[in-house]
Amino acid sequence: MIHPPLVALVGNPNAGKSALFNALTGARQKVGNYPGVTVERHSGRLALDDGRPVELVDLPGAYSLDPASADERVTRDVVTGSGRYERRPDALVVVVDAANLDNHLRFALQLIALGLPVIVALNMVDLAERDGLTLDPAVLARELGVPVIPTVAVRKRGLDSLRAALTELVGGSAPAAAVSPEAQAPMPVLQRRARQIAQAAILAETPGRRWGMMLDSVALHPVFGPLLLLALLFVMFQAVFAWSEAPIGWIEDGFAALEAFVSGALPAGFLRSLITDGLIAGVGAVLVFLPQILILFLFILVLEASGYMVRAAFLMDRMMARVGLSGRAFIPLLSSFACAVPGIMATRTIDDERDRLTTILIAPLMTCSARLPVYTIIIGAFIPDRTVAGWIGLQGLVLLGLYVMGILGAFVAALALRRTVTKGASSGFMMEMPKYQWPQWRDVALGLWTRTLIFLKRAGTIIALTTVVLWALLSFPKPPEGSRVSPVDYSVAGRIAGGLEAVVRPIGFNRDIALALIPAMAAREVAVSAIGTVYAIDDPEGAGGQRALGDKLRGRWSLPTALAFLMWFVFAPQCISTIAVTRRETNGWKWPAFMVGYLFAAAYIMAGLTYWLAVAVGL
Amino acid sequence: MATMIDSLVTVPRNQRATVFAIEWERLAQPEARRLRELGFDEGVGVEVLHRARLGSGPIACRIGRMTVALRRTVAAAISVSAND
Repeated sequence: MIHPPLVALVGNPNAGKSALFNALTGARQKVGNYPGVTVERHSGRLALDDGRPVELVDLPGAYSLDPASADERVTRDVVTGSGRYERRPDALVVVVDAANLDNHLRFALQLIALGLPVIVALNMVDLAERDGLTLDPAVLARELGVPVIPTVAVRKRGLDSLRAALTELVGGSAPAAAVSPEAQAPMPVLQRRARQIAQAAILAETPGRRWGMMLDSVALHPVFGPLLLLALLFVMFQAVFAWSEAPIGWIEDGFAALEAFVSGALPAGFLRSLITDGLIAGVGAVLVFLPQILILFLFILVLEASGYMVRAAFLMDRMMARVGLSGRAFIPLLSSFACAVPGIMATRTIDDERDRLTTILIAPLMTCSARLPVYTIIIGAFIPDRTVAGWIGLQGLVLLGLYVMGILGAFVAALALRRTVTKGASSGFMMEMPKYQWPQWRDVALGLWTRTLIFLKRAGTIIALTTVVLWALLSFPKPPEGSRVSPVDYSVAGRIAGGLEAVVRPIGFNRDIALALIPAMAAREVAVSAIGTVYAIDDPEGAGGQRALGDKLRGRWSLPTALAFLMWFVFAPQCISTIAVTRRETNGWKWPAFMVGYLFAAAYIMAGLTYWLAVAVGL
Repeated sequence: MATMIDSLVTVPRNQRATVFAIEWERLAQPEARRLRELGFDEGVGVEVLHRARLGSGPIACRIGRMTVALRRTVAAAISVSAND
C-alpha cells in the first residue's frame, strides 16, 4: 500500500500549532499513541489543491532539537528521520508565533537546516498587530530561504495560501543536503541569527504596554493574584454544585421513568430484578454525576485555553516547593479534582521524572467527582441539614472538610515521598507564560465531548458490568424456603464479605460496607449502587431511590461508621482506571502497586482513627 | 557614567535591563539548556514584571516578547545592568 505524502506540523509550544492543525484537518483527525511512549499522535487527512491527499501530523511542541521530555524526543526523532516512531515526513510546516519571532525562529532555523522541504506558517499575525507589531513576510522568506505564509489559524485566515504552497512543495524539488542536529550551529549562534532576522522583518513596532501585561499585573500580583485564584476556584466548585442541580434532576427523572416502564412491561421475577435493580439502577446512579464532571472540566479547559492556568502554576509554585514539588504539578492536580485519569496524563508536561512520579502518586488524593456520589449520599443521610455560625451549612462544611482532608493528605504524602522513594534534588520551575486569549469554543466543546464519551463508556461497561455481577453474586444461591438466614448472607457475595468483614470490623465497617467495597474496587461510585443493590435484595418490599436509601442507611449504620466510611473514601485507591493509567504512564506495575499499597494503608489508618475518635467522644 | 550591575533577583520591578552575564556553571544542565531555549543570553534585554512575594517564590520576567517564569535560584545566576 502506498502511503500519501506525510507533512508534519512542528514548532514551539504556544505557537498555535494545534489550532492550525484543527483548522486544516477539521473533524477528520485521529488521536493515537506513538509506539512505546505515552505521547499522543494527532493526525489527519488534507486534500491538496490538485486533489492529492496528504497525511498531516501534529508533532508535540518543542523548543529545540535537543529534547528535554518524551514529547520533545518524539519530535526530534520524527523530523530527523530516525524512523522509530514514524516514517520521515516529506515536508514540514514550521509554525511560528508572529509576536515571538526572536524565540521561535531559532527552532525554525534548526528545522530548516535539516534539509526537508519547509514552509513557515507565520501564525497569529492578528495578535502581533494588536501588540503594535508590523512584519514583512517577504523579508522573512528571503532571510530564511523558504516560503513564509501569514496565518491566523483560529480565524482560518491564510489557510488557502498555505495549502497552495504545500501543493507546490510536496513532491516537488528533491530535498536539499541535510545538516544533522549535531553538526548544527550552537544555540547562542542560532539565537543571535534568529534575533537578527526578526529585527529585519519588523517594519514597525509601537512600544507600549500590552493588555496581556495589564491582566498579568492583577493575575500575578502578590496580593490580588492569590485572591483572584481563590475566587476562581470558589466559583468553580460552587458552579459544579449549583449548575448541575437541574440536569441531575432530568437524568434522575429519566431513569425513574425508564425503571417504571421496564417494571410495567416485564413480569415480576428474575429478569425484571436484574434489569431494574441491577442495570438501570446501577448505571443511573453513576450517570447522574455526568453534569458535575462536565462543569468541572468546562472550567479547567477554559482556564487552560485562556492561558490563565500557567499563571495559577506561577502563584502556586511557592507552596508546591514546600512539599518538594513545582508549580507545574498544580495543573495535573487541579484536573484530578474532576478525575485522576486525565490528571495523571497531564503530568507529562513535567520534565523532571521524580517530580512527575510524585505528582502521579498523590493525584488520586484529590477529591475526584467519582467520590461525590458516595459523599453526597452519606452526608445527606447522617449530617443534619442545619447551619452553624448562622449561615454556613453543616453538610457543605463536612463536604469541604473532605476536600481539604484530601489536599492535606496529598501534601503530607508528597513530603514523605520526596524524602523516601522519590528522593532527590528538587527540580526547578521555568515556564513560558502563554499569551492570554479567548478560548476557542469549538476546541472546548470538542474537549468536553471527548470526556463525555470516556465517561459514558465507563458507565456503560465497567460500572454496568460490576453492578450486574454483584447483583448476581448477591442473588445466588437463594436461601431455602423458610430459612432464617437473610438472602444476602446466604449468597456468594455475602460469604465473601463475611471474610472481609473480619478485616474491616476494627475500623467500624459492617458487612454491608465490606460487600460494597469489593465492586467499588472497579470505581468508587459503584459503592453507592452496590449498597443500594444489597438493601434492595435484602428488603425487596422497601421503596427505591436515593432518599429511601438514606433512610435505610440511618437505620443500619452508626454515625462513627458513616464518618469512617467517608474518611476511607478520601484515601482508598478504588478505581481501576486510575491504576491502569498509572501503569501506562510509569511503564510497569511497580508504581501502581506502590500507590495502591500506600493509599490503602492510609485509608485503613485514617478511617480507623476517625471511627475510634468518634466513638470516644460519644457520637 | 557607571553602570549598575544587579542580579535579576534584586533589580527593581519594571526596570528595563540588559543581561550582563549568566553564570551557566551554577545551573543544573537541563535548567541551563531551558534557560537558553527561552532566549536568555548575554546582551539580551530583560525586565522583571512580577515577584510572587518578597523573600521567595518565582519571578516573572519579560524577555523578547515572551513572559517567562523562573525561580529565584536561577534568577540569582543572571546578572543584569540597568538601561536608563
